[in-house]
Amino acid sequence: MKFLRRFFIRLSNLATGRSDDQRLQDEIAEHLAFQTEENLRAGMAPAEARRQASLKLGAAQTIRERHHDEQSLPLIENLLFDLRYAVRMLLRSPGFSFIAIATMALGIGATTAIYSVIDATLLHPLPFPNPSELVRIQDDLPGVGAQGVGISVPEWRDLESSGIFQSAAITGTGANVNLTGSAQPLRLSFKQVTPNYFAVLGVGAQLGRTFDPHDATPGYNLEVVLSDGLWRREFAADPHVLGRAVRLDNDEYHVVGVMPRGFRDQGSTSDEQNVELWLGAGFAGVPFPPPLRDSRLRSRVVIARLKPGLSITAAQGHLDALVESLKKQYPADYPAQTAWTVRLIPLSETVVGSVRQSLILLFGAVGLVLLISCVNVSNLLLARTSVRSREIAVRQAMGAQITRLIRQLLTESLLLFLLGGIAGFAILFSARKFLLRWIPESLPHMNDISINWGVLGFALAVSVAAGIVFGLAPAWLMSRLDLTGTLRQEGRGSVGSIGRSRARQILVVSELALSLVLLVAAGLLLCSFGDLFAVQPGFNPDRVMAIETWLPGPNDPTMDPYQTATQEAVLLREILRRGRTLPGVEEAAVGDKDALPLGHSHPSRLPLIREGIETMDNQAPVIESPIVSPEYFHLLGMPLERGRIFSDQDIETTPQVAVINQAAAHTYWPNQDPLGKRVRLHLDTRGLLSSAKPAWTTIVGVIADARTESLADAVTPQIYRSVYQRPAKDLAIFLRGQLDPSAISEQVRKQVQSVDATLPVFHAETLDEVLSTSLSVRRFSVEMIAFFAATALLLAGLGIYGTISYVVNEQRREIAIRLALGAQRANILKMVLRRGLGLAAAGAGLGVAGALIVSHLMAGLLYGVSPADPPTFAGVTLVLTTVALAASYIPALRAMRLDPITTLHSE
Amino acid sequence: MKEKPDVLQGTLALMVLKTLHVLGPQHGWGIARRIEQISGDLLAVNQGTLYPLLLKLEHEGSIASEWGASENNRRARFYWLTGAGRKQLQAETREWEQTAAIIARFFKVKAEDLT
Repeated sequence: MKFLRRFFIRLSNLATGRSDDQRLQDEIAEHLAFQTEENLRAGMAPAEARRQASLKLGAAQTIRERHHDEQSLPLIENLLFDLRYAVRMLLRSPGFSFIAIATMALGIGATTAIYSVIDATLLHPLPFPNPSELVRIQDDLPGVGAQGVGISVPEWRDLESSGIFQSAAITGTGANVNLTGSAQPLRLSFKQVTPNYFAVLGVGAQLGRTFDPHDATPGYNLEVVLSDGLWRREFAADPHVLGRAVRLDNDEYHVVGVMPRGFRDQGSTSDEQNVELWLGAGFAGVPFPPPLRDSRLRSRVVIARLKPGLSITAAQGHLDALVESLKKQYPADYPAQTAWTVRLIPLSETVVGSVRQSLILLFGAVGLVLLISCVNVSNLLLARTSVRSREIAVRQAMGAQITRLIRQLLTESLLLFLLGGIAGFAILFSARKFLLRWIPESLPHMNDISINWGVLGFALAVSVAAGIVFGLAPAWLMSRLDLTGTLRQEGRGSVGSIGRSRARQILVVSELALSLVLLVAAGLLLCSFGDLFAVQPGFNPDRVMAIETWLPGPNDPTMDPYQTATQEAVLLREILRRGRTLPGVEEAAVGDKDALPLGHSHPSRLPLIREGIETMDNQAPVIESPIVSPEYFHLLGMPLERGRIFSDQDIETTPQVAVINQAAAHTYWPNQDPLGKRVRLHLDTRGLLSSAKPAWTTIVGVIADARTESLADAVTPQIYRSVYQRPAKDLAIFLRGQLDPSAISEQVRKQVQSVDATLPVFHAETLDEVLSTSLSVRRFSVEMIAFFAATALLLAGLGIYGTISYVVNEQRREIAIRLALGAQRANILKMVLRRGLGLAAAGAGLGVAGALIVSHLMAGLLYGVSPADPPTFAGVTLVLTTVALAASYIPALRAMRLDPITTLHSE
Repeated sequence: MKEKPDVLQGTLALMVLKTLHVLGPQHGWGIARRIEQISGDLLAVNQGTLYPLLLKLEHEGSIASEWGASENNRRARFYWLTGAGRKQLQAETREWEQTAAIIARFFKVKAEDLT
């Protein structure tokens, strides 16, 4: 309390500039008078009495200083002094200050920008309470090379009662549903979830309720929860929306709740995060398959919340034990050769796992840029030492303490860095809308990126840390001046202290090395990105557009107007016929969503049961199975290798046929002719409903491989079936020709809805767009890193220019004497250039070593290029050396053109 | 020359408080002279060092001050103990006596007492 009181009085004295010096002087005068009187009484002579009184009092000046220190807060007061002085110094050399502040603004602004992206994604991947407890549960069958095969309902019940989890929920991965009854049939992104889904996430409704976690309805419970956005958009934020009936795919659901405004669903794609409807379902009754242990819910995701305090590793241990005991209990359902395992994955990983590497790389790159800008500013500060050494020497000679001097110099550099940081942040803040447009939409949590207080705190913390680290070295070097030497030399062409010029050279070499690392990283990424674009995708996206539609799938199959392939074929043939009549259209085809190249992050996979090899679902490998119309292959330019593609004559009543790609042929029929082989794709959407096993499907053709899943990955096995034999609900209409992208959506909608007015038509895009979106995060990181590398190169060039200029300036006299003695001007030029080349060589050597380490660390992001790619390394080194030489050339020219007479005269 | 012991410097505040407690309001010189008299010149502090200390005590609220007239009608700044200062003095006196008693016991101890 006493301490605080004292502190606040001193603080207020400091703030108001109050000083009691006059009072003290009065008191001292009175004090001396009292003492003198006393001395006189003791019999001293008046002069002696005054002298003794003064002696007894002590040095008045010291007392006044100590009194003043007590009055105020000397630490803060000094800081203010230093600040005022620093501001004056900055204003005195505006050019220097501007360059230093701009450099720091660039470094800190760029770092803060990337940090804000990381803050929204990697640091806050899940907007749910206790996110570390959330996991995704994945079933694998490594024995047959199948991953993510889905869970069966009995297994899910085992997990629920295992005691490992607070709760576990099954969810769909996001799909579309038609909301009919409004003016235009709406396609909405929805998820079926078990009723405990929101309990697992730990989020409640803002209006009404979520599902009852103990609801055990086997099929859909006909309750729906709305997103805030949908509620506002389609229901005008009606508070009485609860209980309202909505018609989804011809079934009636009742609204039970509205999620809060900021709620975003989990998932890795923006489709999933923008889910607008949640339907409660038990996944065990109609329209779902009966809950058998061997009927796995494919393309469903299981998420769970761990018991509090249970680590993922510990939970995985318990889970492994559970899996072992289940295998013993049901040996028929879990054949040994499939090696069934269940894996826990942190839920955050499934959201941001795919972009983590790119973002960390970006952060590393921007960190290097920051480091280079710091080194540059440090270098500038050192350069100023030579200008200010006389001032410092004089102050030291007058008795200034070294710590005090360092503190003052540090204040100056801190001010510089802080101003740079604030400027960087201000620029970032005002340009945030513009900058956000650069960020690919496929980045998870793209909408959560904001420049908030935390980001400001980060910017300030980085500025202060950088200011202290990089201001300390110049301050320390400056305070170690050789006093007599400096004072004597000054005014006569100084020879800078060896320590200082060595420090500058170290700084420049490290700057060059750091830029080389960045340049190599950028070069390698550019190479692999170029390779990605140059790769033959195996299909031709030119002039192709895909427009999506969705056929309603009512819960009761008998209500479905497109229940059978024959029924659907009528619709599709009519849509295709009308599509071909649209202006510019040359070819038309349909396929399901899995047939859309690069357009879906969760391709559904079906177990592939080969005749005579597998006998059960649970033993089978899984394969992707797009459903397409016969024209699809020609439209996308995928050539047939063997056999035939299916034709318009392959219909529901004729034998089932399929076409596979070469990857499937090599994987599943190595060294055999796959033509004529028969397979079953068991868990087909339709096959589920009847207990009878689906008929055999015969392979009639093999087409060439195409990278329809990912340009960066190897081709995955595919088995294509005809839409006229296997009806599909989520359809894409493919059109090739001279199309007008802005009008096509409307034209197709008109044609489709003139066939069936309840069908929505949405999401028209060109395949070129799809292709480019699939690479957008990669392109973003490559562009950013290239930008950072260019910045680094520029800064390094400036750094070496500054250093060589400084060296030339310091050696003016020496050069002049050499010239006067008859040295060749070309030799002077060579001498200076050699200096620059030496620095560049040292920097390049260090940089290549560093770049080798870094490039191996980022090997996962490279494609088609080795981390130690010699052309890249050689090219980058060449570029850096050229820049270094060019930067040294200007001061070298200046040295060569020195006029010895004027120089020697002026010194 | 031998340095003055620090411990005495540290207790200067206590001496000031005690002096004001015994004598009532005093001006700076008066306090300095009292301390000098009582300590018997052992504590020949520079009298001036008293003033920063007085300011500190005043900031802490233990004492208060005002200009007034001295016995021989000189203008002088008088210091007196506040309520808080009185409490502080009591607490510090108690503490000091305890410390002194402990130290005294240590000095009294002879080797044979410990065996």
